[in-house]
Amino acid sequence: MIARLFNFHGGVKPDAHKNESANAPIQPAPMPSRLVVPLRQSTRATARCIVSPGQHVLKGERIGDPEGTLGTAVHAPTSGTVVEFGLHPLAHPSGLNTRCVVIEPDGEDRWVERHPFDYHTATREQALAQLRDCGIVGLGGATFPSHVKLGRGSGIDTLILNGAECEPWITCDDRLMRERAADILAGASILRELIGARRLVVGIEDNKPEAIAAMQAAAGGIEGDVAVVAVPSLYPAGGEKQLIRVLTGVEIPYGKLGAEFGVQCFNVGTAHAVYRALAHGEPLISRVLTLTGNVSRPGNYEVLIGTPISHLLALCAPKPDTDRTLMGGPMMGFALPRLDVPVVKGTNCIISASPTLFPPPQPEQPCIRCGECARACPAELQPFELYWFSRALNFGKAQEYNLFDCIECGCCSYVCPSHIPLVDYYRFAKSEIWAREREKSAADQARDRFEFRNYRQEREKEEKAAKLAAKAAETRAKMADKGAAEEAPANADADPKKALIAAALARAKAQKEAAPVRNTEALSPETEKEIAEIDARRIKAALIDPATPAGDTPSERSPESTS
Amino acid sequence: MLSALLIMTGIALVLGAALGYAAIRFKVEGDPLVEKIDAILPQTQCGQCSYPGCKPYAEAIAKGEADINQCPPGGEEGIRKLADLLGREFKPLSEEHGVEKPKSVALIDEQTCIGCTLCIQACPVDAIVGAAKQMHTVVEPLCTGCELCLAPCPVDCITMVQIPDTVQTWKWKYPVIELRKSA
Amino acid sequence: MIHSPYIRKPASVQRVMLNVLLALTPGIAAYVWQIGAGILVNLAIASVTAVAAEVLMLSLRRRPVMLAATDLSAIVTAWLIALAFPSIVPWWLTVFAVLVAIVAVKHLYGGLGQNPFNPAMAAYCTMIVAYPSLMSQWPAAGTVSFDTQLQLILGGLREIDAVTGATALDALRTGLRGDANVGTLLQTAPFGLFGGRGWEWIAGGYLLGGLFLLLTRTITWHLPTGFLAGLALTSGVLWLFHPDQFASPMFHLASGGAMLAAFFIVTDPVSGATTPRGKLIFAAGIGLIAYLIRAFGAYPEGIAFAVLLMNICVPLIDMKTQPAVFGHRGGRQS
Repeated sequence: MIARLFNFHGGVKPDAHKNESANAPIQPAPMPSRLVVPLRQSTRATARCIVSPGQHVLKGERIGDPEGTLGTAVHAPTSGTVVEFGLHPLAHPSGLNTRCVVIEPDGEDRWVERHPFDYHTATREQALAQLRDCGIVGLGGATFPSHVKLGRGSGIDTLILNGAECEPWITCDDRLMRERAADILAGASILRELIGARRLVVGIEDNKPEAIAAMQAAAGGIEGDVAVVAVPSLYPAGGEKQLIRVLTGVEIPYGKLGAEFGVQCFNVGTAHAVYRALAHGEPLISRVLTLTGNVSRPGNYEVLIGTPISHLLALCAPKPDTDRTLMGGPMMGFALPRLDVPVVKGTNCIISASPTLFPPPQPEQPCIRCGECARACPAELQPFELYWFSRALNFGKAQEYNLFDCIECGCCSYVCPSHIPLVDYYRFAKSEIWAREREKSAADQARDRFEFRNYRQEREKEEKAAKLAAKAAETRAKMADKGAAEEAPANADADPKKALIAAALARAKAQKEAAPVRNTEALSPETEKEIAEIDARRIKAALIDPATPAGDTPSERSPESTS
Repeated sequence: MLSALLIMTGIALVLGAALGYAAIRFKVEGDPLVEKIDAILPQTQCGQCSYPGCKPYAEAIAKGEADINQCPPGGEEGIRKLADLLGREFKPLSEEHGVEKPKSVALIDEQTCIGCTLCIQACPVDAIVGAAKQMHTVVEPLCTGCELCLAPCPVDCITMVQIPDTVQTWKWKYPVIELRKSA
Repeated sequence: MIHSPYIRKPASVQRVMLNVLLALTPGIAAYVWQIGAGILVNLAIASVTAVAAEVLMLSLRRRPVMLAATDLSAIVTAWLIALAFPSIVPWWLTVFAVLVAIVAVKHLYGGLGQNPFNPAMAAYCTMIVAYPSLMSQWPAAGTVSFDTQLQLILGGLREIDAVTGATALDALRTGLRGDANVGTLLQTAPFGLFGGRGWEWIAGGYLLGGLFLLLTRTITWHLPTGFLAGLALTSGVLWLFHPDQFASPMFHLASGGAMLAAFFIVTDPVSGATTPRGKLIFAAGIGLIAYLIRAFGAYPEGIAFAVLLMNICVPLIDMKTQPAVFGHRGGRQS
């Protein structure tokens, strides 16, 4: 059992605004006329499309294969016809396109054959593969693949279920816990078994008493060490690291997984999806989300992945003075650049914003280093220092001051009396640092490849030269057999060209020898006598060296003279 | 007077010895300046600087033979970094060496390509694959956008394509400062 | 495009500065009650000059004037100058001091948030070096009528000795340099129960205001505590050994600008240290140096010099006292 709660540094208490939608039960959202299913459903991974336009698919049929270690499968949210595979804008602050499968529902909503997965008899690997193939990712918003998070299945003592839901306005997890507590806990106990944890702790902010009660009631039906704990309502208590700290006192630094510290944390929605995937064989094709803000009919809906946001807005009827639509909560969400973007697995809330509910920021004033941001920062950073460094593009210094430990929760911007958009500076600095790292690794690769190419060209040149030399040597060896080796120049090895030429000359000579001069053969005795006489005269006249045999032609020059 | 002179001489000797020792003890091996300059250069290997590659240009800068503003792919930021590193004044990119362009990669029109291998030989980073009389293609992640393959192509089938932003490479913009804007 | 968070706490620089001004009012009320209403004239002169200088500098620097001129930071500086100076200094001295603070110390360094030195204290140091005699003539409690004060401030009345007395700190210093001891000195005119007669009430007013700032979370406890502890500990050690030669910590805390400094001067966020440990070191350093100047230096009050000296150390202090980040500290994990 939890003996005591810990607290984390900082945090803020914005108006919760949960009452608007907290009492609206989850309803299924009506089927849109077109579903645009992005293949990019988990962090840093896009699935590979395995359907083609015109193909008929059933509800839950796989349309995207997982690619890479962080990949998860993507499924058709309903039965219908694939009408297009192409680029469509994604719900992302950039508004950029991503590959999507567009499905026109046939209205039958016919399921593909589903098989419950018996995870008791299956191996752990099979169970993780099942989760991957059912497209289970973290539904808290980060969409990190659950099968990766489950890790190696050893060394984890505590499984934490995150039902804190600390962001204002959002109530989808609250409703899910109130209405489907048993399913969530069934999923949690599956996760606990897969992860090999001893105890299960559910953390829920104390502003959700009904959810706590429902979960506590359902916890009775679960074996083993289960605790449903109310945690103080303090944003961002639902941040994974903050909740782990509150419940166990363990602090997980940036870049580390909870597994190294014996804890792992899953969102309640994820636990529910795990239950549906293993107990019913249903892939993740829908999720619960909250429609709220400046609307006439706030509510919580079970929405198919790929439903256009504009379709959902018709359900909650935004009031006329709505000027923006936010996805996610007001602390960490973003304004949608356009409304035809589809719901993805990480979409937990759609807020219609009006200038009254979310007033435009007041003009920025200079930082007076008052330290309010440092007092509010749950990561215990010095936000104003990071701001100075980021603003001055001094990214190295920003990293030194642990920029990447920033969870972008927005507490610093929330409290800043100078109304500085601090988090914008950190997002800017982080993406700039990432871009630089990409550029640097590309440059390093280019340098290596350029150097290798130069080396290769050099090597090819040498190989060519070596081949020539080898050939020359071979020829010389042949000549040596014929007793001409001594004529080969001493420096032939060092100069393959010379050697080659020498070899060519040698060949020519050999040919000449092979084809003797015709007029010196088969001479008559008279002629021979005549020659001998002439030679004798020549010797007498000291015109030629007597050692030189007669009949030698002027071609018999030393090879040196050719050079 | 004498003692003052002696003291001053003594101090000079001691400090001189210390400096001399430090010069030997903390001697920097090799020529790290070339490495440092090379690390700043974008490694496009495009030769626009009039040197056959980034390393030779880095060496030329280190020797003082080349100026720091001859690298168009490095752009203004690259010049600023070089100026910082070398303690020189920033100067705008020299126009004779080219202009800064958005990062692009080469794309071979595979219909037109006759498989002459000339571009393969021209590519400084071996980013083009293909064989004689076979269609060639550019391995996009390896392409530095140096444009050296454009000129040799006898059928002009290579074009430079700007790399589009993706969700992965998209960057947050520098926050606008209201103070500056309204001033 | 505006990005998250889309909600903001209702806070602003104006509100922070307004809190500081509000917190100064009990001290000012006590000042008026004990010394006279002359201080109000000085406060007014300082405020008008400060706002005018602020507007001038902002327009010269081509910055939006309205927003920055209404952030009340210039008024805070002006009030601190007026309260730190003798309340009977001639008007031009106040104007000069405020101009030094706003033009030179604040705007030439880049305006609000950029100044490495505390503007009010830099102005104080400039003036005490430039006009040492004017800066050390203080009105004694309850002896100078408002008319005389007004004449001293606005007219050229300079029959100083007739109306002013030495402050407690000054009297203590000159007395101890003679052959008096602390015990007999404390019986003389300038001294009250704890500190300077009348001034102890003003110090109490500042303390009250300081508690208000702590309650409204405008300041953290580190800076006042560090400063008062630094001052009390150093004076306490010497007092324990030589009670005849050195005044008690109680006297030092209640005299001069100690309380004003503790809650309003060392707490200036812009020029001060920002980390929790850094704040303690910074403030304690000011307390220590201020005491050393009081006890052994050439000036009866040393807080202003101490603040400037510690301002210089702020970047180093901040750099060396960066707190451990979430998840990066060894041992605290349980």
